[in-house]
Amino acid sequence: MQIVLDYYNYWACILIMMIGFYGIMAKSNLVKKVISLAIFQTGILVFYISTGKIDGGTGPVRVADGAAEAVYSNPLPHALMLTAIVVGVSTMAVALAIIVNIRQAYGTIDEIDIETMEHERGE
Amino acid sequence: MKDNPIMRLAVRWNIPFMLIFALYTQTHGELGPGGGFQSGVIVAAAFVLYGLVFGGAEMRRVVPRWFTDLLGAVGVLIYAGAGVYAMAMGYEFLDHAALMPSNPGGAEPWGMTVVEYGVGITVFGVMMTIFNEITEGTNPEDNEPTDDSADTEYGS
Amino acid sequence: MSPTIMLDVVLLALVIIAGIAAIEVRSLFAAVMLASIYSLLMACFWTTMDAVDVAYTEAAVGAGISTILLMGALVLTGETEIVRRAVHWPALGACMLVGALLVYGTLDMPKFGDENAPAHVHPIYAGYTQQDVRKHPGGKSHGDNVRAEQAAEHSEPEAHDETAHGHGDYFHGHVPNQVTSIIVSYRAFDTLFETAVIFTAGMGLIVLLRGRRGNPLKGGLL
Repeated sequence: MQIVLDYYNYWACILIMMIGFYGIMAKSNLVKKVISLAIFQTGILVFYISTGKIDGGTGPVRVADGAAEAVYSNPLPHALMLTAIVVGVSTMAVALAIIVNIRQAYGTIDEIDIETMEHERGE
Repeated sequence: MKDNPIMRLAVRWNIPFMLIFALYTQTHGELGPGGGFQSGVIVAAAFVLYGLVFGGAEMRRVVPRWFTDLLGAVGVLIYAGAGVYAMAMGYEFLDHAALMPSNPGGAEPWGMTVVEYGVGITVFGVMMTIFNEITEGTNPEDNEPTDDSADTEYGS
Repeated sequence: MSPTIMLDVVLLALVIIAGIAAIEVRSLFAAVMLASIYSLLMACFWTTMDAVDVAYTEAAVGAGISTILLMGALVLTGETEIVRRAVHWPALGACMLVGALLVYGTLDMPKFGDENAPAHVHPIYAGYTQQDVRKHPGGKSHGDNVRAEQAAEHSEPEAHDETAHGHGDYFHGHVPNQVTSIIVSYRAFDTLFETAVIFTAGMGLIVLLRGRRGNPLKGGLL
């Protein structure tokens, strides 16, 4: 039981990552793949934020000079993940733009259909 | 959604509060949660909300396309400019102490503020650009001559 | 153990359910909406993890702007998904294998919430939380000035504790939000290039999508 209490957060993050990973591999729709990538990304964010958590800690905002003895959670993973989220939405926008272009070129955003069309074109 | 009075009223009453809240987020970035990233996104969300209800053409009348394109670059320039200014003053790149050499400890929050404004402006400009481009041409009513005027704006 | 453990577990369960639903639902519009709910639940979860800045960003970016972008893209690409098979067994097997390996790897990790984890006891970390990294050799903060005045009053030399980073703290106590101070001061180079990445994404959108007028895709979000 203790081992579950010690590690459940890491396991949850792995579960979220694997949900995204399954979506990336199993879904042939490109928009679904982008959503899966976003879920995979948040799984990794959960992992980083979990490493920064300290029991009994509080958010890393100093309230007053007198409270310097308070326990703060580690702010470094928060800073890294904050930029990761914003860059994530930028890359997602570029991915969606490419998907829109694919739709204009092929008339579909299904990966297997596109592969079939490419195959027929090649013969 | 343009003809729905509830939507129109809700949006008209919400946008000022969103903008004020974004300003609060921007200016209190070093005091509490928030900062340039969040405030830029909230400002962009306010204008996107306006665009969703009143139409993209109306939104681009308020925030023209050339303007948001420009802001994306201006923010990065402000950020890098803060660093280059420090170099010009004889400090290291992005050493905020250059802003107030007599009191370097007091200069640090000022440097952070400048840099956060740069980040916020870039994020706002780029989010608006992304929204403009993703939704371009999705509505026949939006085939307004803004594209041509934008081109001439660049040319002039 | 943290008293918020029940809240954590409930939120994580909801997040995982929302994630599975977003992947498995047939309608793409429903998938986008579930992804938005997923992001909001994630923001709640990050508040319980003390990551207030991340929660703020996730609520604004993940639940706000991403949803709008996905909806806008769906309008242009169509909202139906072709489902060829309900469960992709090879993918599921690969996921389980990778997941099992990762779970095995976590057993060497420091315990969740452990205050003696290596990340929290490293000397630099104390500087982060106390904002006492002594970035500038020879620099003086307000606290240093006060201390110097007191030292002058007592006519004794100011005691400097020398560290590897030089001496004289620069902004001790000036910036309460440690995350902001890390983002735009300690890691200012990093953030400069993150901003450049965002700018590049905007340029990429302009290159990819601007000026495709007269396209056959009609009916729209706006």
